[in-house]
Amino acid sequence: MIPLERKPRIGFFSFTCCEGCQLMFLSCEEELPGILEHIEIVNFREAMTERSEDYEIAFVEGSISRKEEIPKLKRIRDTARVVVAFGACSSTGGINALKNRFPMDELKRLVYGKKSPVDTIPVVPIDSIIPVDVYIHGCPVPEKELLRVLKDLLLGKTPRIPNYPVCTDCKMAGNICVFEKGMGCVGPVTRGGCDAICVSYGCVCWGCRGVVDDPNISAHRGTLRKYGLTEEDILRSFSLYGSGYEKKRPEHKD
Amino acid sequence: MALDMKRRDLNIRIEELTRVEGHGNVVVDVSRGRVKEARFEVVESPRFFEVMLRGRRYDEAQHIMSRICGICAVSHTSASLKAIESAMGMSISRRSTLLRKLAMCGEMIQSHILHIHFLAIPDLVNAGSIIPLIKTHPEIARAGLHVKKIANDICRVVAGRHIHPISLFPGGVVHTPEKDELRNLKRHLQGLFEHLDLTVEFLLDHPFPSYTRPREFISLKMRGEYGIYNGEPFSSMGYPLNTTTYTKRIKEFVVPYSTAKKARSKAGGFMVGALARLNNNVRNLRARAKKALSRLKIKIPSYNPFMNNHAQLVECFHFTEEALCIIDTLLDMELKDEPPAKPRGYGRGIGIVEAPRGILYHEYRINRDGIIEDVNCIIPTAQNQIPIEEDLRGFVETILDRPREEVRWLIEVLVRAYDPCISCSTHMMDVTFV
Repeated sequence: MIPLERKPRIGFFSFTCCEGCQLMFLSCEEELPGILEHIEIVNFREAMTERSEDYEIAFVEGSISRKEEIPKLKRIRDTARVVVAFGACSSTGGINALKNRFPMDELKRLVYGKKSPVDTIPVVPIDSIIPVDVYIHGCPVPEKELLRVLKDLLLGKTPRIPNYPVCTDCKMAGNICVFEKGMGCVGPVTRGGCDAICVSYGCVCWGCRGVVDDPNISAHRGTLRKYGLTEEDILRSFSLYGSGYEKKRPEHKD
Repeated sequence: MALDMKRRDLNIRIEELTRVEGHGNVVVDVSRGRVKEARFEVVESPRFFEVMLRGRRYDEAQHIMSRICGICAVSHTSASLKAIESAMGMSISRRSTLLRKLAMCGEMIQSHILHIHFLAIPDLVNAGSIIPLIKTHPEIARAGLHVKKIANDICRVVAGRHIHPISLFPGGVVHTPEKDELRNLKRHLQGLFEHLDLTVEFLLDHPFPSYTRPREFISLKMRGEYGIYNGEPFSSMGYPLNTTTYTKRIKEFVVPYSTAKKARSKAGGFMVGALARLNNNVRNLRARAKKALSRLKIKIPSYNPFMNNHAQLVECFHFTEEALCIIDTLLDMELKDEPPAKPRGYGRGIGIVEAPRGILYHEYRINRDGIIEDVNCIIPTAQNQIPIEEDLRGFVETILDRPREEVRWLIEVLVRAYDPCISCSTHMMDVTFV
């Protein structure tokens, strides 16, 4: 996948998001000097001045929420051999998709008033515009998974995306099930690989990694009902990261 | 080969300024030696957080609002929690307050070091990023990486991680660190001062430009402590300001070239952030921070925006000491899991904290079902837009005898000194609360 005659060149790109996933890369403080022996970073606006249009791997963070972002994203696809959807905003639309509940004109008026200087379109993940080769899910992406995917790409391996529910992680972490503590959780159908960190630190699974490929919907619905959650609670939990049971990807027109 | 400053025409446009958080352009237009136009354009895609929060349940707010920013997620979470808790009449325990303050110390150090070492220092050695510094200046690069790691560890121990903290929850903190984790953290924190000392030496050896322009500073102020979690807003101009009147005194407005609103006080533009806090709260600095302040030769009040870098470093000393004190207090307490306090009412609530880049304001209206109906946030970088532009105007006129490339570079250094956090800044809205 990667030519061996030179260090692979990597670009980090950011669309609509908090840039937390890029920061997660900068937070690999111990590994950074070692990583930099093996790759060349050629594009990283947040951390460096130099820019280049010559790279093999593109880490794309953020969702698409403005028309101007579309040609930029397509250019990245044309240049890179491997495009990585980097984090929830990019892979599923993430928190940003919460705004899709409102008509775009109303949004602009509410935030910027009548003289709105901004243009905005309904939020979509990047794979509704371009094909994506690798997904790193999560809000933010787990450090461990980021390092593993990077290593796999450098070795020419196809990175494996976890496809088991968060419940598996939760059992491994030895957590008490949050349903037993009277809380609702979307962990039974959410993609694992996060070590169930939110449950380990006292919360519930919020669904940031999206739904597993083949979710056991009826069992999960049963569990939610059994523990006395209302229909509204259930829908609300699932709407946080846009991870409804069905994958809805609006067709996009230029 | 000095250029004639009085006759000079100069047009500088910096697209997507690098080494800042988020997307921003800078435009400076000089005609016959006078700055005609100086603009800091925020071109970050707006995300509409205030609207995203509408119709969501109160205990999702801190989770959603944390996602405004990857760097100052703990601050957004904290301001959000304070707003929720004030609206719903919840009070939190001493243990929870201490844990939240500890997480904020971690975020301050982490964010400041990221700025000083990764974003600002490369300018001082003509590098484009920290990457070449790992080879050319290994000591300072490694000091930055190490301090940042330990700062991240503080947040990891308290809240699970520093980017989007987990355990900070309405009504308290829903995870309890082990005492061994705290002891371990203490040991590492005690080792940070030598790395920070090294950074002091480095900044003394590599001076920033000097430019002063009097201005208003706004920050939190708290009796007896360097307030970042508690306290009331305070203006260096001395007019009365408090939590409930903040939006009466501080007005936001829209400009056509920017997706962030600007803010002004009754006195005009004002500066927020490390330098503002330092100027307003210098007496409450801890001992080692005071020593760093005098070693860095900062005169208080300082009106030199480049000194914001130095103010951040002084604060790194302060928050390391503060974190050590909080850990000692926690180690003396009996630490156990506590269920979060339950809501006891509903209505309107305001939460103000100091984020690394300055004073941060969240205001929510929550209905009797616990659903959020209205949201207003005022973000540090939006408040800093006017002083950035005023400084660009004033500073550029003093350096017009320099070659074009140098002027361009100095403009970048000036804007970077503010440590703008642009992704944060695009979420303002006008709300009329009834």
